[in-house]
Amino acid sequence: MTTETERARRSVFGSFLRTVRRDKLALGGAVGLAGISFVAIVTPWVIGYDPSTTNLALMLQPPSMEHPLGTDRYGRDILLRIVVGARTSLFVASLGVGIATVIGVALGSISGYYEGVVGESIMRVADTVFAFPALLLALSLVAVLGQHQYNVIVAVGIVYWPIFARITRGSVLSVKQKDFVQASQSIGERDYRIIFGEILPNVTAPIIVQATISLAVAILLESALSFLGLGVPPPDPSWGRMLAESRDFMTQAPWWTIAPGMAIVVTVLSLNFVGDALRDALDPQQEDMLEDER
Amino acid sequence: MYRYVLKRLAQYVPVLIGVSVIAFLLVHVLSGDPVRTMLGTGATEEQVEHVRTQLGLNAPLHVRYLSWLAGVLGGDFGRSIMSGESVSSLILTTLPRTLWLAFGAAVLSIGIGIPAGVVSAVHRYSKWDYGATLLAFGGISIPNFFLGIVLILLFAEHLAWLPSGGYVSPLADPVEGFRRLILPWIALGTALASIVMRMMRSSLLEVMNDQYIETATAKGLTRDLIRNKHAIANALIPTVTIVGLNVGYLLGGAIVIEEIFAIPGFGQLTLNAVLNRDFVVLQGVLLVTAFLFTSVNFIVDLVYAYLDPRITYE
Repeated sequence: MTTETERARRSVFGSFLRTVRRDKLALGGAVGLAGISFVAIVTPWVIGYDPSTTNLALMLQPPSMEHPLGTDRYGRDILLRIVVGARTSLFVASLGVGIATVIGVALGSISGYYEGVVGESIMRVADTVFAFPALLLALSLVAVLGQHQYNVIVAVGIVYWPIFARITRGSVLSVKQKDFVQASQSIGERDYRIIFGEILPNVTAPIIVQATISLAVAILLESALSFLGLGVPPPDPSWGRMLAESRDFMTQAPWWTIAPGMAIVVTVLSLNFVGDALRDALDPQQEDMLEDER
Repeated sequence: MYRYVLKRLAQYVPVLIGVSVIAFLLVHVLSGDPVRTMLGTGATEEQVEHVRTQLGLNAPLHVRYLSWLAGVLGGDFGRSIMSGESVSSLILTTLPRTLWLAFGAAVLSIGIGIPAGVVSAVHRYSKWDYGATLLAFGGISIPNFFLGIVLILLFAEHLAWLPSGGYVSPLADPVEGFRRLILPWIALGTALASIVMRMMRSSLLEVMNDQYIETATAKGLTRDLIRNKHAIANALIPTVTIVGLNVGYLLGGAIVIEEIFAIPGFGQLTLNAVLNRDFVVLQGVLLVTAFLFTSVNFIVDLVYAYLDPRITYE
């Protein structure tokens, strides 16, 4: 069993690497993503000063050698705040999508493996969550739970688990019919061993693809929440909130508005390029899954 | 077909019930005590208790849910905690503005996305295809609020071609109404146009690989004729479905777009309810949005099944 799982994993990675080599957009996306993650993780430790330090003598400076992306109304360096904001965005989005993946895969495999009342009920709950637009549901959850970074993460997890449940269920339903699963069932293998040992390793590909695309959408969601004033609370810098704060000054200091906006675009674009390449590499069946989700 | 409708109804109705339960629970259980929110921190215990009894909040949860649901079904969504206005009249005033916004954005996305998708599929791997695909990637990657701000900066502030916001009903003053809606439509519709373009491209390519196309070729029809007369029509079905599936995105996006362009619509009502913790309004908004979204999907599914005979009605 281990060998089979390992082979599946190796081929997932191998075919992704082959696609990246072929596809320039995917390469760009992968490089961009690696760069952003590196900067987000490392830079805040390397630079000595606090991105929240204000200096009114330097307010609304246009881009210069000293401040490559200019300063905001409190004289804070915009580049620095973008870099630290990357950390917030990536942290919230990846933890939220992680939660969504775990819940969705668990419920989806239960629902697919045990068809009937249990399976159907789980999917009706998923449908119900799906009936609310992502932004509206996330806003309501944060309003009700309270504005805190962890509640934003929880909201992302709750909003996106149904898509993982649907994908997992669909894959489980088809894998379940395969001979090797039926063979295990007939020799009396336990259910959880069949699910974890034999079925799940075979549905990893679509889940990885969906997780990448969901990360892109989750970053958009987090920045929209922050933009509306209900995302990660201050003083942690956040791209969405920077954009919101800059709005009153956008004619005077357009760099303040453009910089965080472009940071979001570049990050989300990179994720979408990578997600698309992963889909081509791993999962040709699943074209345009993205559409269901926004 | 009859059985298929029943089957979809069996999914649709539980979702509607689930939606009402979530909207109810979110507000009555998770948000703490609405009476304290309503009366503020200065209220005494007796006052709170009095209002609770008055509003029937001391009854068991399921009784409260059923009486609330009965009210909702009769069009009574309660009164706003902040302004005391009736929630149903707030919804009725604001919703048409948002429907103008969402409808226009949907039309725009179809008008741009479908021709672009056809060109991309017909000239596959050409520079047109790459260009359109790249633009579509950009379209789904740019946050609609950032696009909106850039549009204002460019077309309202810098070039001064269009107003930067506000709402005039297109029925009252068509010219001014549309002028004010153009930028919001673009800001909201761009992502959807990109999705439509990609869907149209892939579904047209798929249809052109189908066997009946081969049969038609064998009968001597040219590829162009087959494409224009048959394939595009078939490829349109899943593409238009995608627009239906994204009604939720349009309604959610309206929250952001209306904030940027100062449109006093349903999205603004939603945002204010959230920011002011006006849970009675929020409840109504959640219900109406989910009801609209679910119903559109239900209808789209039935139309799809009707148009595409390959769907089995089991």
